[in-house]
Amino acid sequence: MTKRDEDLDRELRSDLELEEEEQREGGISGGEAHYAALRAFGNPALIREQTRAVWSWNWLESLARDLRLSLRTLRRTPGFSIIAILVMALGIGANVALFTVVRGVLLKPLPFQDPDRLFMLYESGMNEDKTPGYNVVAGGIYAEWKKQNQSFSSVALVTNSRVGLSGSGGQLPEKLDSTEISSDLLPTLGVQPAMGRGFAQADDSPSANGTVLLSWGLWKRRFGGDRAILNQTIYLDAVPYTVIGIMPAWFDFPNPDTQLWTPIYHDKPPELMAALDNHNFRVVGRLNPGVTAAQGVADLSVTSQRIHNANLSDPFIFSAANSRPLLEHMVGNIRKPLYLLLEATFCLLLIACLNVANLLVARAASRRKELAIRTALGGGWLRLMRERLMESLLLSSAGGALGLMLAAAALAWLVHTRADMSRVESIRIDGVVAVFTVGIVVLCALFSGSIAAFSAGDKRVLSALHEASRSAGSGSTRASVRKILLTLEVGLTVVLLIGAGLLLKSYERLRSADMGCSTEGVVTMHLGIPDARYATPAQRANFFSTLLERVRALPGVDAAGFATVVPGQGYSGDWGFTIVEHPPLPQGEGAFALDRWADSKYFAAMGIPILRGRTFDDGKRLNAANEVVISQSFANQYFPGEDPIGKHLHVELNKHRTAVIVGVVGDTRFEIGEEPKPIQYYPLNAGDETVGTLVIRSSRNVEQYAMPVERIVAEMDHDLVVSDVLTMDQLLGKNTSDQSFNATLLTAFATLSLLLAAVGLFGVMSYLAAQRTTEIGIRIALGAKREQVMRKMLLDGMGPAVFGLVLGLAASVEAGRLMRDLLYEIKPLDPAVFLAVAATLLVVAAIACIVPAWRASRLDPMQALRTE
Amino acid sequence: MSSMAKPAQQRVGLLQGTLDMLVLRTLLYGPAHGHQIGKHIQRTTNEFLQMQHGSLYPALHRLEQRGWVVSKWETAPDRNREFKYYRLTAQGKKQLVTEESQWKQMSEAVARVMWPAAEES
Repeated sequence: MTKRDEDLDRELRSDLELEEEEQREGGISGGEAHYAALRAFGNPALIREQTRAVWSWNWLESLARDLRLSLRTLRRTPGFSIIAILVMALGIGANVALFTVVRGVLLKPLPFQDPDRLFMLYESGMNEDKTPGYNVVAGGIYAEWKKQNQSFSSVALVTNSRVGLSGSGGQLPEKLDSTEISSDLLPTLGVQPAMGRGFAQADDSPSANGTVLLSWGLWKRRFGGDRAILNQTIYLDAVPYTVIGIMPAWFDFPNPDTQLWTPIYHDKPPELMAALDNHNFRVVGRLNPGVTAAQGVADLSVTSQRIHNANLSDPFIFSAANSRPLLEHMVGNIRKPLYLLLEATFCLLLIACLNVANLLVARAASRRKELAIRTALGGGWLRLMRERLMESLLLSSAGGALGLMLAAAALAWLVHTRADMSRVESIRIDGVVAVFTVGIVVLCALFSGSIAAFSAGDKRVLSALHEASRSAGSGSTRASVRKILLTLEVGLTVVLLIGAGLLLKSYERLRSADMGCSTEGVVTMHLGIPDARYATPAQRANFFSTLLERVRALPGVDAAGFATVVPGQGYSGDWGFTIVEHPPLPQGEGAFALDRWADSKYFAAMGIPILRGRTFDDGKRLNAANEVVISQSFANQYFPGEDPIGKHLHVELNKHRTAVIVGVVGDTRFEIGEEPKPIQYYPLNAGDETVGTLVIRSSRNVEQYAMPVERIVAEMDHDLVVSDVLTMDQLLGKNTSDQSFNATLLTAFATLSLLLAAVGLFGVMSYLAAQRTTEIGIRIALGAKREQVMRKMLLDGMGPAVFGLVLGLAASVEAGRLMRDLLYEIKPLDPAVFLAVAATLLVVAAIACIVPAWRASRLDPMQALRTE
Repeated sequence: MSSMAKPAQQRVGLLQGTLDMLVLRTLLYGPAHGHQIGKHIQRTTNEFLQMQHGSLYPALHRLEQRGWVVSKWETAPDRNREFKYYRLTAQGKKQLVTEESQWKQMSEAVARVMWPAAEES
């Protein structure tokens, strides 16, 4: 028992005794007096209990009381509560989901040792204007950097590749995404294999036996998670590799598709690894402690400049280096859209809060009399305000809980649909996200609650009670608060709508961009033959001509062709050339174009028009295949005002050769959304290439050719795999999945906010109409025309919509500028989008206003005057 | 929770605002102990307000917590025994003035609503 308890006991006892004495003095006998006193006094135990409650529970208890009161009021208006909670849930859920993504992808450090010292290194600065500052690195340059630099504790090579894993133990052969790395990559990142060992220096050479590291996923899936696979041999592109280690499950560098890692110096030809001007590789470097990135880059640039100066005759040797934090490199493409979407969801949340605030204000207004009476009876202003806040806290908490569930569902969907997004695996709801959610909930509660509380919190009790007695022209201040809220809401909605409109239009432009080839009735299939088994040009050329012959014989095939890279598959690579008939370019300047290999019927199969000359002569094979076909823009750029047919290109591709230009074909885009670039096509019949894409054109359903082609390929070589069977349309769809994703999400947000704004308008209008029932009744009774009443009500409601629209349009100018990078072929101030949004908004606003306005104009004056 | 939920409901409403005021007003005459305060209110209102000790003591302790009254054990002159005497503080006096004017405002307001004709005349 505390001292305070004792004190209370003593107090009650002494007072009770006094009561008893007084009773006795009043003439009641001993025993009777005791009971009489107790009767008068009340149950001391209960009093003690109640008094104690004052001390200990004062704060908590009043909170509980507020909670109960708020719960009760919310339960009394389930419609309002459900709408408010849903609105909050949408706003909060979207924000939590996007925050989780942003955190997982952009904010979490990479799971490597000291990740902030890891940098991606690039070559840079060939020509001031032409060259991008971040270019992939040539093998020879890397070797020099590694030897000469003082700034990096280690530098490592990385390049993506694809290999065919031979069938074994009853399993089919398959095509896998692999990564070739130098032996120092894992030490550079600070990562160890989960089992076995990493590559030793000795493994990483052309003369070593093949070694391979498996990803955890591949090991589980293909090898049943059996440790016995260690030190076993598997065949990659028909070459034996010994499995020396399994990487941990979380390790997916450089991207989630990677299934295995092989040593780069073992796999790639030594000439390529020594070349100074053949830029192919990514380089990761770990900066020494105490060295800045700029110092490191300067160090590497010295080496590059020296090599550049020593080989001035070769225009394709860069003279400088560049760097970028590894994290930035990995998330480069996704950063901007993610932040844009985050901003959009924040707008959505604001709109949700404004809407809930609006609803709360409306309720506060309708409860004005109650509140005034309570104020009069001693309910403190603070108390009442606390109740408002408690109400909005309850609403946003419920909304937050529901929102978290929505977010979890949305994230599950996102991780599933956007498995290609870099670092998608680190997206997870965790403690930080939970804290963020709580923060958002509190923020929403404070925001919407305090708007409502302040707008209702005026102390003019008397006027409220007066006003309440007759409500002819009441609530004008509250209505103006709501109008301001609405204006903001409409403004934000307009910004979202315009953002979505711009993205949608840009996506549509993108999808309708002319690729320069057929996109319908064409199917593509990826196929490659292992160098090891098809070692001579003759073997390679024969394989492809046989394959194409058999494919063309399939029923319904109109045309078939093969090319190393087809439109929409990306930049892939370029190569320098000189035009034999032209004078040499000044020193340090070089001409280059994208390089592709194709068979003679490829252009027909792909629907690329032959503009001049002809395609390759099928009779010329192997060393005799000395023809080249160029694209329109190639001709325009390098043969302006000249006939390119019959001119010769000298290239040092694979083998030195001089090829004669036999044809000019139409331009194609290497990627949707990129301008067509000059392309040089060389004949597949030369037997240089082993990997590429088979193209089949048919007027029938082209997808049905996957099976017969697989059968043909398996008959020719049972270890070969046909993969990535995609119609041209699907291939381009993959190209634009980012844009489609962004546009879809933003459109969803914009639609939601439009809906919310409409609900808001409808609510305010209905409220205004209800408030003015008496006034309207009088007007009508005095002879006002119903149309006049309706017009007045409509104008009243459209005011905030029009203001909001103007505000939103102004804000959109800035928003559009921010998202300029994400737009394709349209200006941030696209008038069509702006007009369409303005029209949509006005129509929706008019619809939201017209029902309450119509209802008001239908009022029966007698009825109206009798209300109250 | 249930033990605290009950008293809470009893204190909601009219009594809380007014009882505090009545207690403060009573103490304006000078220090008094709980029993005296209760009796005084009861007597002055001609027994119209049946003082429930169940709300009086919590009210006293609440007022003490807010610093509007202070308490001290003192011997009652007539009983020769110690009672817990409550005394109004300066803050309490100020509070009494506020509550009084609020109450006046409210009763006027209520009156005007309830009997509008009386107001006009």
